[in-house]
Amino acid sequence: MSKHFNLTLHVWRQKNAKCDGKFVEYPAENISPDMSFLEMLDVVNEGLIRKGEEPIAFDHDCREGICGTCSMVINGRPHGPRERTTTCQLHMRSFKDGDSITLEPWRAEAFPVIKDLMVDRGAFDRIIAAGGFISVPTGSPQDANALPIPKESADLSMDAAACIGCGACVAACPNASAMLFVSAKISHLGHLPQGQPERYLRVRDMIAQMDAEEFGTCTNHGECEAACPKGIKMENIARMNRDFIKASLTYRPATTSGGGAG
Amino acid sequence: MELKSKIPDGPIDKKWEKHKFDLKLVNPANKRKYKVLVVGSGLAGGAAAASMAELGYEVECFCYQDSPRRAHSIAAQGGINAAKNYQNDGDSVYRLFYDTVKGGDFRAREANVHRLAEVSNNIIDQCVAQGVPFAREYGGLLDNRSFGGAQVSRTFYARGQTGQQLLIGAYQALERQIGLGKVKMFPRHEMLEVIVVDGVAKGIVVRDMVTGEVTSHVADAVCLATGGYGNVFYLSTNAKGCNGTAVWRAYKKGAAFANPCFTQIHPTCIPVTGDHQSKLTLMSESLRNDGRIWVPKRKEDCGKPASEIPEEDRDYYLERKYPSYGNLAPRDVSSRAAKQVCDEGRGVGPTRLGVYLDFSDAINRLGAAKIEEKYGNLFEMYERITDENPYKTPMRIFPASHYTMGGLWVDYNLMSTIPGLFVLGEANFSDHGANRLGASALMQGLADGYFVIPYTIGGYLAGIKPGTRIKADDPAVKAAEQAVNDRTDKLMSIGGKETPTHFHRELGKVMWEMCGMGRNEAGLKKALELIPQIREEFWKNLRIPGSGNDLNQSLEAAGRVADFLEIGELMCLDALERRESCGGHFREEWQTEEGEALRDDENFAHVAAWEYKGEGQAPVRHTEQLTFENVHLATRSYK
Repeated sequence: MSKHFNLTLHVWRQKNAKCDGKFVEYPAENISPDMSFLEMLDVVNEGLIRKGEEPIAFDHDCREGICGTCSMVINGRPHGPRERTTTCQLHMRSFKDGDSITLEPWRAEAFPVIKDLMVDRGAFDRIIAAGGFISVPTGSPQDANALPIPKESADLSMDAAACIGCGACVAACPNASAMLFVSAKISHLGHLPQGQPERYLRVRDMIAQMDAEEFGTCTNHGECEAACPKGIKMENIARMNRDFIKASLTYRPATTSGGGAG
Repeated sequence: MELKSKIPDGPIDKKWEKHKFDLKLVNPANKRKYKVLVVGSGLAGGAAAASMAELGYEVECFCYQDSPRRAHSIAAQGGINAAKNYQNDGDSVYRLFYDTVKGGDFRAREANVHRLAEVSNNIIDQCVAQGVPFAREYGGLLDNRSFGGAQVSRTFYARGQTGQQLLIGAYQALERQIGLGKVKMFPRHEMLEVIVVDGVAKGIVVRDMVTGEVTSHVADAVCLATGGYGNVFYLSTNAKGCNGTAVWRAYKKGAAFANPCFTQIHPTCIPVTGDHQSKLTLMSESLRNDGRIWVPKRKEDCGKPASEIPEEDRDYYLERKYPSYGNLAPRDVSSRAAKQVCDEGRGVGPTRLGVYLDFSDAINRLGAAKIEEKYGNLFEMYERITDENPYKTPMRIFPASHYTMGGLWVDYNLMSTIPGLFVLGEANFSDHGANRLGASALMQGLADGYFVIPYTIGGYLAGIKPGTRIKADDPAVKAAEQAVNDRTDKLMSIGGKETPTHFHRELGKVMWEMCGMGRNEAGLKKALELIPQIREEFWKNLRIPGSGNDLNQSLEAAGRVADFLEIGELMCLDALERRESCGGHFREEWQTEEGEALRDDENFAHVAAWEYKGEGQAPVRHTEQLTFENVHLATRSYK
């Protein structure tokens, strides 16, 4: 069995969006290197509850790196020190006895703090609602193999679709830009033939919503790609910008024709 | 209580078609006058909410997660079945139907399963049109792989993230309707009560998990798509937040709970490392396409590294026992086989509760690059958790709680025994019998959401006069809200010493040991003594800091654990009363000489549906007889 060790946590505690927050120090004792980072926090929280103190609130759910719920900045890095790893998949073997660990929520104007390490990422849903889809009502499609799609296109689409919507890209960006997230969706749908009819409408509508949510703009720092637990590439942003320019140049307001015959 | 399954007449392959025609329709201009509530936003709930909104109904959708995109369907890895027969390997709707009935060990309703197989093909068409990036061949056509319990390749997949991609498809369809104002979404809301007036479901009570505010929503129909109760075992492959509260609240309001003891223990999960463990991680069944499962032949070799055990000293026990299905034997069979070799003392790893899943043959045959393309993200996940490289050393796996075939009883229309309360996806009991085949959960969730409920809800709503919804100040609404507030106050005021997790862990140990992979009369009776003791201690010694009128994760957990402490008891009771072995329900008293499950079709070819009779009263067991007119009852063999 591996040796257990002790750590000191400096955790951002904030009662709600209206109150000010502050860092509070907690010891984390008898931690096994086989624990996940969130299991380490479970141990700390169990101790707090037994003492009658409020446990540290943090978002988490699947704990296998796919749901995108967990979201904390660990020692200044979204999801912590390990590349391409969500907080829930980070294990304590990445730390050593005596380490100090600072924990903060995602910091961005568009992601207001709800409590402690939890933030409101509803802005991401509103961006998808604005245009991050293919309009295809249930029951209308043709046979799935009627439209062959080159493997390369399907693979590129899948690479972008792997985004889990966690928001680490926003948290890592000095401008709190959401362009990696938005562009991943643009690429996911834009690489597929099914995504073509709404391609330019989609990019316009999603970017308009992104701006309305007050996310910053991309100035090519590249922090988003470095922080992304799913390896989403910055080339998606370049691709989105190309689509956006074309969409802007070719934009015509929709014309409405009056009632039909009958 | 009467269980009317409402299975349509006629030959099996014409039932759904006939029923769709017989169902009453709601006039397009009237649809917007009806409000439907959907609880849960996974494959079943998300697809249902989007599809019903497209039809024109007013829809409200609720989920406990911060976004509908995070529902636990997202974690499904391997794939989704459909009877497309794109591989020309002899698949058909009838074969998918047959395999699913047989795979469920003849404890599912034939008519429901046939409908599932029929709509499976529509699902793939729908998902492709939405932009789900399924794996493709170089020619641009869809690729397939094999899953357990089938001898054809009918599983469609998107790398090891099929559930994620299908859910994102449904989520995008749902967000489109939200953007159009057709669906009102309530994330971070937990359903805590069903509002029932004169025996009919008329709404729900929810708690806003951010503010603690308790509110009611009234409607013409309610759909529960809240998933399974596998977290009753504490350690499971479910997300931490998955819970049985919504279905349990409905049960206590009169919805029968069917086959609660039918739970699936998945054979390939990463083994437990210690007491701190908070959840278990699945390694997709698809890995068994290329991985070979083995343990050492001799106990003495179990402590050695795998590389030091020569080929002739390895026991590829699934290939040995089930030569025709081999490593792709169904989940219940594979899990039990793993338990047997570990019980014999031949398990591997530090706890000796593990077996090897070895890719070295496949890597030698196909090359590491090909294996990485197929399973890369799974290998990476394994490495993150265990710190071992599965390209070099075999994975270690062990069974874990994964899925619940049992759930609220529903008729052919997916309506529970409470009129107006529909139950979709894993939350209902209907399609998988006593064992679910791999890649069938995604199929069922989407079938219910996209292609069944949009039809059957119309049949129900057409019988209700528009505009007759109850008012928000109805006494039934106030009473339901009061019940929720009283329960919160009760939990907050215990003032004991122990955390909700402590009691959950205690319950999980009892359930795993006595109502897990192997069950017997003495163990189940013991569990039925122990669970009430844990429950009593819970209500005496629980501690929840903070307040009920605020974000309080301990309170959320405590409410769910309180319900698991009751669900577990019903599971044990159901397991005790089902005196036979079938699928995932293995009663040690009923087994063949070779240790296989021994069914008793004479006495147990039925669904057991439990009716709640009130606090402190014994629930009543009702039965729905199952008839097999197409797939003939036979001993299930994978040899």
